[in-house]
Amino acid sequence: MIVHFSQIATILLMVAGLYVVIARGNMVKKLIGLSLFQTSVYLLYILPGKVLGGTPPILDPARAVYANPLPHVLILTAIVVGIATLALGLTLVVRIKEAYGTIEEDEILAKEGPKENLKDRVRNRSKSGRGGTAA
Amino acid sequence: MIATHLPVLLILAPLLGAILAALSRNGVAAWLIGLVASALTAAVAFALLWRVQAEGVISYRIGGWAPELGIEYRVDAVNAFIVVLVGIVAVLTMIFARRSVLAEIIPERVASFYTMMLLCIAGLLGIAVTGDAFNAFVFLEISSLSTYTLIALGRDRRALVAAYQYLIVGTIGATFYVIGVGLIYLVTGTLNLGLIVERLASLQSSRGLIVAEAFIVIGIGLKLALFPLHAWLPNAYAYAPSSAAVLLASTATKVAIYLLARFLFTVFGGHIDVGSIAFGSLLIGLSLAAMFLASAAAVVQNDIKRLLAFSSVGQIGYITLGLALANPTGITGGLLHLFNHALMKGAAFMAMGAIVLRTGTAKLDELAGIGRVMPWTAAALTIAGLGLIGVPGTSGFVSKYYLILGALEAGHGWLAILIVASSFIAVLYVGRIVEVVWFREPAAAAREASEAPLEMLLPMWGLAGVTIWFGVHAEWPAGLASAAADTLLRMVP
Amino acid sequence: MRLDVVLRVATKFMLAPLLLFALYVQFHGDYGPGGGFQAGVIAAAAIILYGLINGLGPVQRIVPVGLLEVLIPGGVLIYVAVGLASMLLGDNFLDYNHLAHDRIHGQEWGVFLVEVGVFLTVFSTMIAIYYAFAGRRRS
Repeated sequence: MIVHFSQIATILLMVAGLYVVIARGNMVKKLIGLSLFQTSVYLLYILPGKVLGGTPPILDPARAVYANPLPHVLILTAIVVGIATLALGLTLVVRIKEAYGTIEEDEILAKEGPKENLKDRVRNRSKSGRGGTAA
Repeated sequence: MIATHLPVLLILAPLLGAILAALSRNGVAAWLIGLVASALTAAVAFALLWRVQAEGVISYRIGGWAPELGIEYRVDAVNAFIVVLVGIVAVLTMIFARRSVLAEIIPERVASFYTMMLLCIAGLLGIAVTGDAFNAFVFLEISSLSTYTLIALGRDRRALVAAYQYLIVGTIGATFYVIGVGLIYLVTGTLNLGLIVERLASLQSSRGLIVAEAFIVIGIGLKLALFPLHAWLPNAYAYAPSSAAVLLASTATKVAIYLLARFLFTVFGGHIDVGSIAFGSLLIGLSLAAMFLASAAAVVQNDIKRLLAFSSVGQIGYITLGLALANPTGITGGLLHLFNHALMKGAAFMAMGAIVLRTGTAKLDELAGIGRVMPWTAAALTIAGLGLIGVPGTSGFVSKYYLILGALEAGHGWLAILIVASSFIAVLYVGRIVEVVWFREPAAAAREASEAPLEMLLPMWGLAGVTIWFGVHAEWPAGLASAAADTLLRMVP
Repeated sequence: MRLDVVLRVATKFMLAPLLLFALYVQFHGDYGPGGGFQAGVIAAAAIILYGLINGLGPVQRIVPVGLLEVLIPGGVLIYVAVGLASMLLGDNFLDYNHLAHDRIHGQEWGVFLVEVGVFLTVFSTMIAIYYAFAGRRRS
């Protein structure tokens, strides 16, 4: 149990983040969950890169054992991607708030989705070729 | 000198174009830059294909680093095929884009629109040529992030919600993929696809690999809209600006399918334990569900763009079915359908873009009789529709023919019957379009419209034309697809 | 906020060391932990701090939006240009060996130039994100 402490922490974070994305209807909270989910992946990569007794990966004649630098480089890239995604997501939320006046997914769907579908369904059933009334 | 640098030039042309388009901050200049950059990209793609056919696999080391340490670009018959497809679509979309962008995008944002479009092309090509699993993730995110922006640039406010939902789902998919890659890295200690395959042979336990495969397949499945994971796609395609929808529908999911095929066959197929996992039968089930259920959902849509989007999910089912058959004919059929479907769906979305430009609507009932005022556009839409059904004489027939042969070869006669049966659903939704567009009295929107401008008709008819041409003379794409299928099945990276 | 003497004075003391530290991280990146990405974020943090204290107007006089729109693609352009230069010198893309008179100096120059590009893009992108959110009015 204790041996795999880091892996357990990683998986807890991963599942918690994914749960928030699925369970919450608030768009900002969803993004927070998404960030948590992505962050857990950083741990997944970084943790195995640690070498016990190793120094930071800087070449030095006095030190022979050092941590694996590759995961850090990879995760630096992943962090950039994460920031870009979060910034873009928040930008979209700001614009959704301006367009709809809410960031609750249910309320937005209530404003758009069912009405649209119902209208379509009615039109399909009546199979009228006449031009639709202005929406 | 240029010949040795082809793989990286393929990425650099659109990337440099994107930088210059962003710097120009001028819509007309950005379009010109985009046109030149995508034309260069297409030229490089064809040059790559030609070199691969002549000399075999091309390997290119970024920064001169060996594959153990650095990133290797690796082009073989499979990527060359995909790269040519993206190149063709990119240049035609750019020609088509000018008019529709003028009408749909706010003037200050036009330069950014082309920047995002070029970045998206660069990302997609990057996924296709890279031989490094993590580098593929980076390119996947470059293309995805630019795609979210492209969708959000749509005029309708629902485009914002569609982009947000795609962002959530796409990020989960990419993160699943990167988790899988991380697990592969843990068990093999390398990210280079070729080295992964070499080291898998000496692997003691395959448990980590099985988990990695599950994560990667689900992750890429989200990106390619594999049947139950497709919920983001219809809204994204329906509300994106017309030219962005053309690019996405013909390339984005196709490149994801390539990545899936690469992992399923090249990486996991080489390992005895994972290769024998019954993922194939699951994929057949999901593909069938897509072919029937998504196509059935297409039948009841009123928005033609959404109809085409649902049809895309269904058609992706045929492609993944071909991959799941895992015999040369089946994979050839799958890859050929990937190619053909990209071209005909591109034509269909271009036709819809032109119709939206002229009438301002994509609703089926408001477009009654549009064929009488926009005959060329409606004819292109009809040809693309016939291709979606798989009518003999269109390219869709050839690829479905290969798929049926593949199913029979695999000993699944019932699959062949189901492929034919599912095509009848396509007859229903294409039939609805054809009936409304040609045989109804023109509605109000149609009466005021006029034929689409020539610069939109040319790329549209280019794609519709090859849909027919490749239906009659299928040797070229079929040869490429079967070479790609052989490469995939030989399990050499 | 304008009258908050403690914040304003503390910020004045912090800005110069922040920018200096960013430069240290930038130029020391060749020899130790650091580099353009970290330096760019630190330098952007200094500008954003100034913006938080003094408001959007004053900070946009120091770093105008137009400048950012040039710097973001400009940084990437530097990166691509270094890669193209190494291609013109007969190496692979981003292979720095022939950028200077010998291999070691070539690598140093190559990494240094790419890091400058990274610095510019990261710096301007972070500020652009801040401007984009701070510039939105609450409706």
